[in-house]
Amino acid sequence: MKLKIKNWFDTGAPFVWLNAGAVSISIIMVVGLILLIAVRGLGHFWPADVAVFDYYAEPGDAPVRLMGEMVDEEVVSRSRAGNPGYEGETIQRNLIKTGNRDISGLDFRWILDAGIKNKAYPDNSMVVERREWGNLYAFLTSIELDGQQYNNESGNLWDRFQETITKNNGIYADIKHIEKDLIGAINYKMERLRLKERGLELKSQKTPEKVAALVQQREVLQLEYDSYTAELERLYGILNGSSFTAKTAEGKEIKIALAKIVRAYQPNAMDIFDKSIFYLEKFWEFLSDDPREANTEGGIFPAIFGTVLMVMIMAVMVTPFGVIAAVYLREYATQGPTTRLIRIAVNNLAGVPSVVYGVFGLGFFVYFLGGSIDQLLFPEALPAPTFGTPGLLWASLTLAILTVPVVIVATEEGLSRVPRAVREGSLALGATKAETMWRTVLPMTASAMITGLILAVARAAGEVAPLMLVGVVKLAPSLGLDGNAPFLHLDRKFMHLGFHIYDVGFQSPNVEAARPLVYATALLLVMLIIVLNLTAIRIRNSLREKYRAAEQS
Amino acid sequence: MNTDENLIEPLRHDFNSPASLKYRKWRHVKDVATRYLMALGGVSVIIAIVLIAFYLLYVVIPMFKSAEIEHIAAYSVPGDSNTETLYYAMEEQREVGLRINDLGQAIFFNTSDGEIRDIVTLPLPPDTSISTIANGDLTQRMIGLGLSDGSVLFFQHNYKVTFPDDVRLITPGIYYPFGAQAIQVNQAGDPVKHLSVQYDSEQATLTAHGSDTSVRIVNLLKEESMLSDEVEITREDSELKLDTAGVVGLRLDVEQRELYVADQSGNIYYYDVTNKSAPHLIQKVKAVKDGINITAIEFLAGGISILVGDSNGKITQWFPVRDDENNYTLQKIRTFEEQTTPITAIAPEYARKGFVAVDKRGEMGIYHTTAHRTVLLEQVDEHALNSIVLSPRANAALIENDKKQIQFWHLHNEHPEISWQSIWGKVWYESRDQPEYIWQSSSASSDFEPKFSLTPLAYGTFKAAFYAMLFAVPLAILGAMFTAYFMAPKMRQIVKPTIEIMEALPTVILGFLAGLWLAPFVELHLPGMFIMLFLVPLSVLLAAAAWECIPDHIKHRVPEGWEAALLIPVIILAVTISIQISFPIESLFFGGNLPLWLSREMGITYDQRNSLVVGFAMGFAVIPTIFSISEDAIYSVPKHLTTGSLALGATSWQTMVRVVLLTASPGIFSAIMIGLGRAVGETMIVVMATGNTAIMDMSIFEGFRAMSANIAVEMPETEVNSTHYRILFLGALVLFAVTFFFNTIAEVVRQRLRTKYSSL
Repeated sequence: MKLKIKNWFDTGAPFVWLNAGAVSISIIMVVGLILLIAVRGLGHFWPADVAVFDYYAEPGDAPVRLMGEMVDEEVVSRSRAGNPGYEGETIQRNLIKTGNRDISGLDFRWILDAGIKNKAYPDNSMVVERREWGNLYAFLTSIELDGQQYNNESGNLWDRFQETITKNNGIYADIKHIEKDLIGAINYKMERLRLKERGLELKSQKTPEKVAALVQQREVLQLEYDSYTAELERLYGILNGSSFTAKTAEGKEIKIALAKIVRAYQPNAMDIFDKSIFYLEKFWEFLSDDPREANTEGGIFPAIFGTVLMVMIMAVMVTPFGVIAAVYLREYATQGPTTRLIRIAVNNLAGVPSVVYGVFGLGFFVYFLGGSIDQLLFPEALPAPTFGTPGLLWASLTLAILTVPVVIVATEEGLSRVPRAVREGSLALGATKAETMWRTVLPMTASAMITGLILAVARAAGEVAPLMLVGVVKLAPSLGLDGNAPFLHLDRKFMHLGFHIYDVGFQSPNVEAARPLVYATALLLVMLIIVLNLTAIRIRNSLREKYRAAEQS
Repeated sequence: MNTDENLIEPLRHDFNSPASLKYRKWRHVKDVATRYLMALGGVSVIIAIVLIAFYLLYVVIPMFKSAEIEHIAAYSVPGDSNTETLYYAMEEQREVGLRINDLGQAIFFNTSDGEIRDIVTLPLPPDTSISTIANGDLTQRMIGLGLSDGSVLFFQHNYKVTFPDDVRLITPGIYYPFGAQAIQVNQAGDPVKHLSVQYDSEQATLTAHGSDTSVRIVNLLKEESMLSDEVEITREDSELKLDTAGVVGLRLDVEQRELYVADQSGNIYYYDVTNKSAPHLIQKVKAVKDGINITAIEFLAGGISILVGDSNGKITQWFPVRDDENNYTLQKIRTFEEQTTPITAIAPEYARKGFVAVDKRGEMGIYHTTAHRTVLLEQVDEHALNSIVLSPRANAALIENDKKQIQFWHLHNEHPEISWQSIWGKVWYESRDQPEYIWQSSSASSDFEPKFSLTPLAYGTFKAAFYAMLFAVPLAILGAMFTAYFMAPKMRQIVKPTIEIMEALPTVILGFLAGLWLAPFVELHLPGMFIMLFLVPLSVLLAAAAWECIPDHIKHRVPEGWEAALLIPVIILAVTISIQISFPIESLFFGGNLPLWLSREMGITYDQRNSLVVGFAMGFAVIPTIFSISEDAIYSVPKHLTTGSLALGATSWQTMVRVVLLTASPGIFSAIMIGLGRAVGETMIVVMATGNTAIMDMSIFEGFRAMSANIAVEMPETEVNSTHYRILFLGALVLFAVTFFFNTIAEVVRQRLRTKYSSL
């Protein structure tokens, strides 16, 4: 037997298996990680059933009536659970989202499974998503519309409730539109006027006529502003006219203005179809809405928008630079010390830590270039910086340098696959080298360039460390692209998916509440990057096939 | 063929028509322009990398420059030049200076030309003269005049800044917070010869020494009465008997807790005066060698350290150090030996731990204690210098020589706190009991001593890289060996993209999972993690053995090279078992809580976000890099080498280890180098998955603060061009240099390898 094992080891088979094990571990890790994010991220939007139960923290204690949805569970050893009075070597703990932060102070609780008694899922238990203070878990008792009281006896209470919420949400959207878009535009114009006046002052061209013109423009804007505020007041008046009363599991009555509600639902009464609809609604809200409650609720639309815009600006800058460098390396340069040096530089550009790019971007682009631009072009805004502060342009530029090696490497590979005969044919027909490049070689490399670009975009979309220094913020007041001239605001700060994950996951005051949203955001980012990478791989492979065929024919 | 030629009509096109020529020329211009454009594009890659390096250097270098001084003006002392100067001061904007002479006149003058702005005659009691003068903490601007009748006059010089017509106007003035009456310290009327005063919003303490051998301590406690706004002052007197008669200096610290007395024979007496009614001696130290005198004694900003200048031109820094029994003793911390003639005056900076000193030979030295650095030493006068004073921002100095001439200098001394020693070496910081490596860049208080040691950060970076490599290198290289050499091509087509995806995963996601999911998970299943380390390889071997025993006809259904796929369920099973038996083992051996057990029984601290978690997460990020490059190297080993080896009868494993691995080893080396470079510079994982405390400990259960994380966390908060800003740039430069080193080595090795393969 011993000999047999020795022989077996001598053949090397076990070592080969160990090698195979390393590959398996890597694959398990990748797939496991993606599955973990997917399960946690997608589960968040599903309306969980709301349980009502009595909870005995210790056997024999007075029970507390709790209501909430189960979020997580774990089995821990007795001592880690704090040696409770319940039996068992290991103890199951459940994380319950009990909401009602305004009443009880905390909205998540770890409770022992053994202490749950009289658990029930009443159909009329209601979840209310609010604009502040998080979710409310309670039973609806009555609603009050314009001084009129409705309760269960008056019938159709729930329908009337839903109807009012829908109506209110419409009004709320109007208010948001006025506040953000219309008044935002007026404020923007006012600021422009102020800068104009200051600019005139600096150039000592502040004549009475010009000032009068400015004053007049300002008055027009002020009038417009006043009309909007009047409209806002009217809308707020309608919103604040309605409220509802609900009873919590402990039996406490609370009255809340309906204006503060996003939606209300009774998950226990919903069937699978209702829940699916609800799921899709929530998912859409996640993609298309602004964040609420310090980014822990609502959507991530500004982060998606910011990421896409930044990446697009970056792509515009990185592609020409990368392609030119690759063409030089592959087509123009004689292979020698210079090209070796360039290759070393390219590899170093790819290998320099991203945070160093951030530091460089902050120092060189933001403070040095941006500061100079402010002195030259925007003296009227000083001392408030225009480009001398982190922003969209500098972030894109920093990431463009960071991703240029990706484009170079991919384009070079594409160029190397273009058969020699194509170039020679073109040159033999009398085309110059530049024409050969433009008309034949580069078009044939187009898909390689696209591969490089996609990979660069994927890299930029996931990069966070440099962005933290050159322009990302946790909450941007306005998007980089809007209806105010000049429409694209390169000086603005922006939100970013990757930074959003870091910020909400680690800087949020309520990590437990933010966690599902972070998983969902992570899932979105991972999916984006996987899709981009798979596309690039697909294009590259088909390219290889194509040229292999071309070379052989 | 020849006949055909005749059939073709001769070409009529004139290739040399003016239009053609012009067009051709245009095409040529375009061609040349493109050539230059392309070359420019290629070279700009080099420019980019050089620009990054040089810009980082450009920001870093000013830190290491020595200070510069600029002579602005020289004039004779303002006011009556027959009087002796007792005291100089300057206000924040370095515009107005103050001179107090022995007639009791406070003369405010323009520092730039010596023109007098205002003269205030201090209310000395009749028939008295000034016998000594002392200042409290410089930021309080309190001055005490010791008078010949044993009393002390206490006043404050203040500067009001207004902006009439947008022009800055500074109006100096004298205020008396304890009344314009002199406070009688020595009831016997013995003149005050040495004095030290301190004042804060609650109390003031005067310590005075006359011609006898005692120091009188007067404590004035301000008490605001509850009912009215009136301030009541309670006075407490005590007396301290000295062992020495020849006092040369008396210094009370800003907290009014410690009193230092220097005597003629070079001793320093260190008294505890916390309890004003019962002061007592803690220690007597000989501060200078025999035959040398103490010529100047001054507090450093913050009032913790004292600086002692002697007649040899040596300046020493002392502060109380706590020993193991919690007793404080005064210890000599550093010595500056640049100057050679007796030190006549020392002026500390207001906010930083720097000071300037002047001597009998007319030399001025600018020093910084923390950095142990002589920032500048320059002969500023041919005469002996009497006194020096710095402006509150340490950007100007007034120097008086013994010919009653004042010189006004501007100082440009932005970053004195940086030296090679203070960045990389152990530094003995104030209130610490030994020299240490500490990174602590900011604090709430203003006279805080910044601790800029990059050593703990570099240590953290390499600790992270070490644990990441420990996890990643075996997995990546073993995996690469299998994928490149043993794996079925079909499976390879799946594995390669998977690894590419792994490489593309944003590190922020890895960091977030490591911090929020893995760290709690590991803490909960700690024994399971270590079981896994043994169980997973064991299960692979067992599976291999079992596969060996399976009858051939089943075995042959699975084509060769799919072992990795077969192992996936086995490994998942092994991991699940490890996790499942974690709790029983923990309950059995470690009282149900291993982290707690570790700290209680073994004294090992356990942080939830520790190096183990970082090792996993960062290993995950580094695996694909190492994997792809080494896989590439192994895969491109020329086929004739392997087939030759196999033909000679070697098994495929022998071929792998003895031929393939050996040939590809430079490639694998460069893969590890690049992986290391990536691990060193990785930021988000270390920000999120460690506690970010700058400790130096190799323990796998504790966190660290990596250089990259430090930059990412502190950079957004730092002030542009401050020392902190520049030192963060230095951190970035170090990261740049380290990764540049690794990447360049890797690239050179790879280029060589490529040439080698093509020649094989």
